[in-house]
Amino acid sequence: MTHVLTDLTVGSVVAEASFRVTRDSLVHYAGASGDFNPIHYRDDVAQSVGLSGVLAHGMLTMGLAVQPVVDWAGDPARVVDYQVRFTRPVFVDATEGALVNVVAKVGALDFEANVARIDLVVNFNGATVLGKAQARVNLA
Amino acid sequence: MSVNPELQGRVFPSVAPYLVGREKVREFSRAVFATNPINHDPEAARAAGHADVVAPPTFAVVVQEATLAQLLAEPDGGIDFTRVVHGDQRFCYLRPIVAGDELTATLAVTSIKTLGGHSMVTAESTIVDATGAHVVTAISTLVVRGDE
Repeated sequence: MTHVLTDLTVGSVVAEASFRVTRDSLVHYAGASGDFNPIHYRDDVAQSVGLSGVLAHGMLTMGLAVQPVVDWAGDPARVVDYQVRFTRPVFVDATEGALVNVVAKVGALDFEANVARIDLVVNFNGATVLGKAQARVNLA
Repeated sequence: MSVNPELQGRVFPSVAPYLVGREKVREFSRAVFATNPINHDPEAARAAGHADVVAPPTFAVVVQEATLAQLLAEPDGGIDFTRVVHGDQRFCYLRPIVAGDELTATLAVTSIKTLGGHSMVTAESTIVDATGAHVVTAISTLVVRGDE
Protein backbone atom coordinates (compact mmCIF):
# COMPACT_ATOMS: atom_id res chain seq x y z
CA MET A 1 0.00 0.00 0.00
CA THR A 2 1.22 3.47 -0.83
CA HIS A 3 0.95 6.37 1.56
CA VAL A 4 -0.58 9.59 0.32
CA LEU A 5 1.31 12.78 1.03
CA THR A 6 -1.82 14.72 1.96
CA ASP A 7 -2.58 12.18 4.72
CA LEU A 8 0.73 12.90 6.47
CA THR A 9 1.35 15.45 9.20
CA VAL A 10 4.70 17.01 9.95
CA GLY A 11 5.90 15.73 13.32
CA SER A 12 3.89 12.53 13.34
CA VAL A 13 5.68 9.22 13.94
CA VAL A 14 5.48 6.86 10.95
CA ALA A 15 7.68 4.04 12.21
CA GLU A 16 9.64 2.83 15.23
CA ALA A 17 11.99 -0.09 15.62
CA SER A 18 14.74 -1.50 17.83
CA PHE A 19 17.73 -3.47 16.58
CA ARG A 20 19.98 -5.68 18.67
CA VAL A 21 23.41 -5.29 17.08
CA THR A 22 25.85 -7.99 18.18
CA ARG A 23 29.46 -8.80 17.37
CA ASP A 24 28.03 -11.33 14.90
CA SER A 25 26.23 -8.46 13.17
CA LEU A 26 29.54 -6.63 12.80
CA VAL A 27 31.30 -9.64 11.31
CA HIS A 28 28.41 -10.09 8.91
CA TYR A 29 28.42 -6.42 7.90
CA ALA A 30 32.22 -6.47 7.46
CA GLY A 31 31.90 -9.33 5.00
CA ALA A 32 28.91 -7.92 3.17
CA SER A 33 30.37 -4.42 2.81
CA GLY A 34 34.07 -5.17 2.51
CA ASP A 35 34.90 -2.87 5.43
CA PHE A 36 37.40 -4.93 7.44
CA ASN A 37 38.69 -2.19 9.72
CA PRO A 38 39.69 -4.18 12.84
CA ILE A 39 38.20 -1.57 15.22
CA HIS A 40 34.91 -3.28 14.33
CA TYR A 41 35.97 -6.72 15.60
CA ARG A 42 39.06 -6.43 17.82
CA ASP A 43 38.88 -4.77 21.23
CA ASP A 44 42.68 -4.49 21.47
CA VAL A 45 42.89 -2.56 18.20
CA ALA A 46 39.94 -0.34 19.17
CA GLN A 47 41.57 0.39 22.53
CA SER A 48 44.92 1.19 20.89
CA VAL A 49 43.26 4.16 19.14
CA GLY A 50 41.59 5.42 22.30
CA LEU A 51 38.17 3.77 22.03
CA SER A 52 36.65 1.83 24.92
CA GLY A 53 36.13 -1.19 22.69
CA VAL A 54 34.71 -2.51 19.44
CA LEU A 55 32.19 -0.20 17.79
CA ALA A 56 29.66 -0.73 15.02
CA HIS A 57 30.46 0.43 11.49
CA GLY A 58 28.82 3.83 11.06
CA MET A 59 27.50 2.58 7.74
CA LEU A 60 25.82 -0.36 9.50
CA THR A 61 24.00 2.01 11.84
CA MET A 62 23.06 4.18 8.85
CA GLY A 63 21.93 1.12 6.91
CA LEU A 64 19.68 -0.36 9.58
CA ALA A 65 18.24 2.97 10.72
CA VAL A 66 16.47 3.50 7.39
CA GLN A 67 14.84 0.05 7.35
CA PRO A 68 11.72 1.10 9.30
CA VAL A 69 11.27 3.82 6.66
CA VAL A 70 11.67 1.29 3.84
CA ASP A 71 9.02 -0.93 5.41
CA TRP A 72 6.70 2.02 5.96
CA ALA A 73 7.19 3.13 2.35
CA GLY A 74 6.68 -0.45 1.13
CA ASP A 75 9.55 -0.46 -1.39
CA PRO A 76 13.28 0.31 -0.90
CA ALA A 77 13.22 2.12 -4.26
CA ARG A 78 11.04 4.85 -2.76
CA VAL A 79 13.97 6.11 -0.67
CA VAL A 80 15.50 8.54 -3.16
CA ASP A 81 17.82 10.42 -0.84
CA TYR A 82 19.30 9.49 2.51
CA GLN A 83 21.85 11.33 4.59
CA VAL A 84 23.28 11.18 8.10
CA ARG A 85 25.99 12.70 10.23
CA PHE A 86 27.93 10.32 12.46
CA THR A 87 27.95 11.97 15.88
CA ARG A 88 28.61 9.22 18.46
CA PRO A 89 29.98 5.68 18.31
CA VAL A 90 27.82 2.63 18.99
CA PHE A 91 29.90 0.40 21.25
CA VAL A 92 28.99 -3.26 20.87
CA ASP A 93 29.47 -5.32 24.02
CA ALA A 94 30.83 -8.82 23.39
CA THR A 95 27.97 -10.55 25.22
CA GLU A 96 25.10 -8.04 25.34
CA GLY A 97 25.56 -6.38 21.96
CA ALA A 98 24.04 -2.93 21.57
CA LEU A 99 20.39 -1.95 21.37
CA VAL A 100 19.80 0.73 18.73
CA ASN A 101 16.41 2.45 18.76
CA VAL A 102 14.96 4.25 15.76
CA VAL A 103 12.02 6.66 15.66
CA ALA A 104 11.00 7.96 12.23
CA LYS A 105 8.90 11.13 12.00
CA VAL A 106 7.62 13.24 9.15
CA GLY A 107 10.05 16.15 8.87
CA ALA A 108 8.72 18.00 5.85
CA LEU A 109 6.36 17.50 2.92
CA ASP A 110 7.18 18.55 -0.63
CA PHE A 111 3.86 18.49 -2.46
CA GLU A 112 5.35 19.58 -5.78
CA ALA A 113 7.79 16.65 -5.90
CA ASN A 114 5.46 14.28 -3.98
CA VAL A 115 8.29 13.59 -1.55
CA ALA A 116 8.11 13.21 2.23
CA ARG A 117 11.20 13.97 4.25
CA ILE A 118 11.37 11.49 7.10
CA ASP A 119 13.62 12.47 9.99
CA LEU A 120 15.21 9.73 12.08
CA VAL A 121 16.09 9.86 15.74
CA VAL A 122 18.58 7.07 16.35
CA ASN A 123 19.51 6.32 19.95
CA PHE A 124 21.97 4.06 21.68
CA ASN A 125 22.47 4.05 25.44
CA GLY A 126 20.26 7.11 25.89
CA ALA A 127 22.07 9.35 23.41
CA THR A 128 21.56 10.06 19.72
CA VAL A 129 24.25 8.56 17.49
CA LEU A 130 23.24 10.07 14.15
CA GLY A 131 22.65 13.73 13.42
CA LYS A 132 20.64 15.24 10.57
CA ALA A 133 19.43 11.76 9.66
CA GLN A 134 16.95 12.37 6.86
CA ALA A 135 15.44 10.11 4.24
CA ARG A 136 13.48 11.50 1.32
CA VAL A 137 10.71 9.16 0.29
CA ASN A 138 9.05 9.42 -3.11
CA LEU A 139 5.33 8.74 -2.73
CA ALA A 140 4.44 9.39 -6.38
CA MET B 1 51.40 16.28 7.20
CA SER B 2 48.14 18.03 6.39
CA VAL B 3 45.53 17.69 3.67
CA ASN B 4 46.61 19.22 0.38
CA PRO B 5 44.19 22.09 -0.39
CA GLU B 6 44.89 21.58 -4.09
CA LEU B 7 42.82 18.37 -3.91
CA GLN B 8 39.71 20.53 -4.13
CA GLY B 9 38.20 20.15 -7.58
CA ARG B 10 40.29 17.12 -8.48
CA VAL B 11 38.48 14.42 -10.47
CA PHE B 12 39.88 10.90 -10.25
CA PRO B 13 39.91 8.27 -13.01
CA SER B 14 36.79 6.07 -13.02
CA VAL B 15 37.23 2.80 -11.15
CA ALA B 16 36.63 -0.61 -12.74
CA PRO B 17 32.94 -1.43 -13.25
CA TYR B 18 31.13 -3.16 -10.37
CA LEU B 19 28.65 -5.88 -11.33
CA VAL B 20 25.80 -6.02 -8.80
CA GLY B 21 25.05 -9.65 -8.02
CA ARG B 22 21.71 -10.85 -6.70
CA GLU B 23 23.31 -12.82 -3.87
CA LYS B 24 25.42 -9.79 -2.90
CA VAL B 25 22.25 -7.70 -2.65
CA ARG B 26 20.69 -10.38 -0.45
CA GLU B 27 23.81 -10.70 1.71
CA PHE B 28 24.07 -6.93 2.15
CA SER B 29 20.33 -6.74 2.89
CA ARG B 30 20.66 -9.34 5.66
CA ALA B 31 23.65 -7.44 7.07
CA VAL B 32 21.67 -4.19 7.43
CA PHE B 33 18.56 -5.94 8.82
CA ALA B 34 16.61 -5.31 5.61
CA THR B 35 13.70 -7.74 5.51
CA ASN B 36 11.59 -6.26 2.72
CA PRO B 37 10.82 -8.98 0.12
CA ILE B 38 11.82 -6.58 -2.68
CA ASN B 39 15.41 -6.79 -1.33
CA HIS B 40 15.41 -10.60 -1.38
CA ASP B 41 12.87 -12.11 -3.73
CA PRO B 42 13.11 -11.51 -7.50
CA GLU B 43 9.40 -12.30 -7.91
CA ALA B 44 8.42 -9.69 -5.32
CA ALA B 45 10.78 -7.21 -6.97
CA ARG B 46 9.31 -7.86 -10.42
CA ALA B 47 5.78 -7.56 -9.05
CA ALA B 48 6.76 -4.10 -7.82
CA GLY B 49 8.06 -3.15 -11.27
CA HIS B 50 11.79 -3.77 -10.82
CA ALA B 51 14.02 -5.86 -13.08
CA ASP B 52 15.46 -7.82 -10.13
CA VAL B 53 16.02 -7.50 -6.37
CA VAL B 54 16.53 -3.89 -5.25
CA ALA B 55 19.55 -2.98 -3.14
CA PRO B 56 19.06 -1.23 0.23
CA PRO B 57 19.57 2.58 0.20
CA THR B 58 23.10 2.35 1.62
CA PHE B 59 24.34 -0.36 -0.80
CA ALA B 60 25.97 2.29 -3.00
CA VAL B 61 28.74 2.52 -0.39
CA VAL B 62 30.03 -0.83 -1.66
CA VAL B 63 30.45 0.67 -5.13
CA GLN B 64 31.78 3.95 -3.76
CA GLU B 65 34.42 2.27 -1.60
CA ALA B 66 37.01 1.83 -4.39
CA THR B 67 36.84 5.55 -5.15
CA LEU B 68 37.48 6.51 -1.52
CA ALA B 69 40.45 4.13 -1.54
CA GLN B 70 41.82 6.12 -4.51
CA LEU B 71 41.41 9.35 -2.56
CA LEU B 72 43.18 8.01 0.53
CA ALA B 73 46.02 6.63 -1.60
CA GLU B 74 46.59 9.82 -3.61
CA PRO B 75 50.34 10.45 -3.30
CA ASP B 76 50.11 14.23 -2.86
CA GLY B 77 46.77 14.18 -0.99
CA GLY B 78 48.25 14.34 2.49
CA ILE B 79 45.36 12.36 3.96
CA ASP B 80 46.66 10.23 6.84
CA PHE B 81 44.38 7.19 6.79
CA THR B 82 44.90 6.54 10.52
CA ARG B 83 43.46 10.00 11.34
CA VAL B 84 40.35 9.73 9.18
CA VAL B 85 36.88 9.62 10.73
CA HIS B 86 33.70 9.30 8.68
CA GLY B 87 31.78 12.54 9.29
CA ASP B 88 28.79 12.61 6.97
CA GLN B 89 27.31 10.35 4.33
CA ARG B 90 24.62 10.92 1.74
CA PHE B 91 23.15 9.02 -1.19
CA CYS B 92 21.10 10.78 -3.87
CA TYR B 93 19.34 8.33 -6.20
CA LEU B 94 18.04 8.95 -9.70
CA ARG B 95 16.90 5.33 -9.81
CA PRO B 96 17.39 2.36 -7.47
CA ILE B 97 20.28 -0.10 -7.81
CA VAL B 98 19.05 -3.54 -8.88
CA ALA B 99 20.84 -6.87 -9.31
CA GLY B 100 22.38 -7.07 -12.77
CA ASP B 101 23.48 -3.43 -12.86
CA GLU B 102 27.03 -2.79 -13.98
CA LEU B 103 28.06 0.39 -12.20
CA THR B 104 31.02 2.67 -12.69
CA ALA B 105 32.02 5.24 -10.08
CA THR B 106 34.00 8.43 -10.52
CA LEU B 107 35.16 10.50 -7.58
CA ALA B 108 35.55 14.26 -7.43
CA VAL B 109 36.74 16.23 -4.41
CA THR B 110 34.18 19.00 -4.04
CA SER B 111 35.33 20.75 -0.90
CA ILE B 112 38.16 20.98 1.60
CA LYS B 113 37.65 22.98 4.75
CA THR B 114 39.76 23.44 7.82
CA LEU B 115 38.07 23.73 11.19
CA GLY B 116 39.97 23.95 14.46
CA GLY B 117 42.99 22.03 13.20
CA HIS B 118 40.87 19.37 11.50
CA SER B 119 40.29 19.10 7.78
CA MET B 120 36.92 18.21 6.29
CA VAL B 121 37.21 16.60 2.89
CA THR B 122 33.98 16.21 0.92
CA ALA B 123 34.07 13.80 -2.00
CA GLU B 124 31.28 12.97 -4.44
CA SER B 125 31.28 9.66 -6.27
CA THR B 126 29.06 9.76 -9.33
CA ILE B 127 27.82 6.28 -10.17
CA VAL B 128 26.52 5.48 -13.65
CA ASP B 129 25.18 2.31 -15.26
CA ALA B 130 26.44 0.45 -18.35
CA THR B 131 24.59 2.88 -20.64
CA GLY B 132 26.23 5.84 -18.90
CA ALA B 133 22.98 6.89 -17.21
CA HIS B 134 23.36 8.43 -13.77
CA VAL B 135 22.10 6.09 -11.02
CA VAL B 136 23.25 7.57 -7.72
CA THR B 137 25.68 10.04 -6.22
CA ALA B 138 27.39 9.01 -2.99
CA ILE B 139 28.75 11.91 -0.97
CA SER B 140 31.13 11.45 1.94
CA THR B 141 32.67 13.96 4.26
CA LEU B 142 35.82 12.66 5.89
CA VAL B 143 37.19 14.39 8.94
CA VAL B 144 40.99 14.25 9.08
CA ARG B 145 42.15 14.98 12.61
CA GLY B 146 45.05 17.39 12.89
CA ASP B 147 48.29 16.79 14.77
CA GLU B 148 47.76 16.84 18.53
